Amino acid sequence: MKDYMAVFNINENENEIRSLTTNRPIASIPFASRYRVIDFMLSNVVNAGITNVGIFYDNNTRSLIDHIDTGKPWDLNRKNDGVFMFNHSLDDLGKMDPKVITNNLEYFYRSKSDMVILTSSYMICNIDIGAVCMAHEESGADITMLYKHVDDATENFKYCYTLNINKNTNEVIDAGRNIGLMHDADICMEVFIMSRQLFVQFLHQAASSKGQTGIYNLIFDEMDNYKTNAYEVRDYVACINSISAYYKASMDMLSSKIRLALLMHPDRPIYTKIKDEHPTLYVEGCQLYNSLIADGCIIKGNVRDSIIARYVTIEENCELENCIILQNCKIKAGSKLSNVIIDKNAVIDCDTELKGSREYPVVIEKRNLALDLKF
Amino acid sequence: MAKKKMIAMILAGGQGSRLKTMTKSMAKPAVPFGAKYRIIDFVLSNCSNSGIDTVGVLTQYKPQMLNAHVGIGAPWDLDRIHGGAELLAPYFTEQGGDWYKGTANAVYQNMEFMDHYDPKYVVILSGDHIYKMDYRKMLDEHIKKNADATIAVIDVSLEEASRFGIMNTDKNGQIIEFEEKPKHPKSTLASMGIYIFNYQKLRKYLIEDAKDPDSDYDFGKNIIPKMIADNNKLIAYRFEGYWKDVGTVESYWEANMDLLSENNAVKLFDNSWKLYTDTGIWPAQHIGREAVVKNCLISEGCEINGIVENSIIFPGVFIEPGAHISDSIIMERCTIRENAVIKKSIIMKRTEICKGVTIGDGVEIKLLDQDLKVEEDMK
Repeated sequence: MKDYMAVFNINENENEIRSLTTNRPIASIPFASRYRVIDFMLSNVVNAGITNVGIFYDNNTRSLIDHIDTGKPWDLNRKNDGVFMFNHSLDDLGKMDPKVITNNLEYFYRSKSDMVILTSSYMICNIDIGAVCMAHEESGADITMLYKHVDDATENFKYCYTLNINKNTNEVIDAGRNIGLMHDADICMEVFIMSRQLFVQFLHQAASSKGQTGIYNLIFDEMDNYKTNAYEVRDYVACINSISAYYKASMDMLSSKIRLALLMHPDRPIYTKIKDEHPTLYVEGCQLYNSLIADGCIIKGNVRDSIIARYVTIEENCELENCIILQNCKIKAGSKLSNVIIDKNAVIDCDTELKGSREYPVVIEKRNLALDLKF
Repeated sequence: MAKKKMIAMILAGGQGSRLKTMTKSMAKPAVPFGAKYRIIDFVLSNCSNSGIDTVGVLTQYKPQMLNAHVGIGAPWDLDRIHGGAELLAPYFTEQGGDWYKGTANAVYQNMEFMDHYDPKYVVILSGDHIYKMDYRKMLDEHIKKNADATIAVIDVSLEEASRFGIMNTDKNGQIIEFEEKPKHPKSTLASMGIYIFNYQKLRKYLIEDAKDPDSDYDFGKNIIPKMIADNNKLIAYRFEGYWKDVGTVESYWEANMDLLSENNAVKLFDNSWKLYTDTGIWPAQHIGREAVVKNCLISEGCEINGIVENSIIFPGVFIEPGAHISDSIIMERCTIRENAVIKKSIIMKRTEICKGVTIGDGVEIKLLDQDLKVEEDMK
């Protein structure tokens, strides 16, 4: 395997997931009790032995920067290489100050890697990137694109890029968008493998164009000039690009098969920030049924088919069903919640009743603790 | 470089043979505790939370697990530029070398380490006690009383008193007599094995003690009595709160069970004084469709499908449907197969209890070693 670097392009469309992204990008939305969305792709590249990771992000990223920090949880606090943060995405380079671009492009010149893995952050998966790299090298292609074949595209992966693949040659003929009209689709996972030289060439092209070209669109527009290779991912994949997709993917974690393959893979652990939480206490009288629960919780109520994050307290006589409760929430006694997503720091008063549906879960936005301060 | 106000020396070399097979492959401070911790996490977290940034960890008996766990001290924020955590094992010099011959001798042999930081005060700690304590408050008292040494004490019952080192004090809290395990205790103030010394004073006494061929080289037996005899000012600092020396399998089991309430005396759930540890990489725990969890402490990476009550479950434990676990401590990566019954047992890591097997009689504590595959009942 040649020397690879990973480049994260964090500029995902947030139109369908606004209530969870008011103070964070999709990349740092909490997922599966203790992770953030980006942990999955980040762990995937780290598990393939990649130690050079550049993260290009657009605005509203305090939470992402706080999460990544020095990259220590992913073993990316390295003297040589490690994690590099850039405060602009790779889309719309044409609109940016050319000076900023040239300054930041230096990173790609200085890097010693021959190859680049360009990726988004919002695909939840646990995949063998090393095998992908090997396949890319064996194929002799200029660009490898990862895809997931699905037969429920009317329901899932809405608005994701799709690939039109020549099944004989395995080349990508064309790209489109999943607008939910067809059941079968080859969903583009927004993971591209190419040489660093070709990647820099694309960046130059993007930077010198006048329009507002996204980097992926540019690659799709130009791919006729290159030999492409489509790589099918057969593992579990979910795309966190809407509230309903987030809700469904979260509930997927309650399936043992998916959970164990995604979160408990013996060779490919998913890393995340450590918070030193105590073990969870299940008080006498609580009732649990098929739920994923992080450390740091105190559970006294009834919890069914739910996802509970770190430092959550669920008091006596609560009834939670099909809920996602994020970090640091307190659900006070007697509350009845079903199909509810509660973002961080919320305190739900005694005997509150909230009811959403599977299609339309109720979302309680993150409580800003600063608003509680009294000076 | 800036002089240190106070550094800590943690005695972590003890075997703890009364913990039986638990300390077969590791020193007592490294023994797993409380569903995700090791015993030494309490004292290391206390140091960190008390603002002590330089900590020597004195190891001797089977140190591998401790070395791996403590490392450079990063989980306790003790990976520092000047100071931090340092593992101190016995070593050789041009004059030969020696094992640590006693608690005082272990500290004496690491005088170079202490001299390097030239602290005003040194706190001597045991690596095998369960408690949360702010050493700053004790130091404040030490300074206020202008003491040469301050010993933390806890009030015990008169019956228990003969198991401890007992301090007899005057009305100002000054120690006038120290009795090691007295038959007829005159007071109930037991030493917690936590000493703050003015470093230069300690240094002098350690050097003298090392020269004495008849000494046991022990703080409790030699250094403290000698200092009292020389009319130094020794103060007893009363600690109010939970403190336990988990010396035996019974007390280890009890201390674990003490954690099973929201307002436990250890204050395990007090997030303003967190307990830090070197955690593995685990997902959240899953409580399955057939699980019943009653009054238990469960950690990450567990897949619970059986009945678990009054128990402590470490990370990565799989409990299959129909299994029934009560009053037990199950350590990392154990597998409890269908319909197995476990009563009042301590099961060490990676042990598998096969289908339908019964462990423990629910009266005596049953202790099972690590890496076993248990196919027959063990009561």
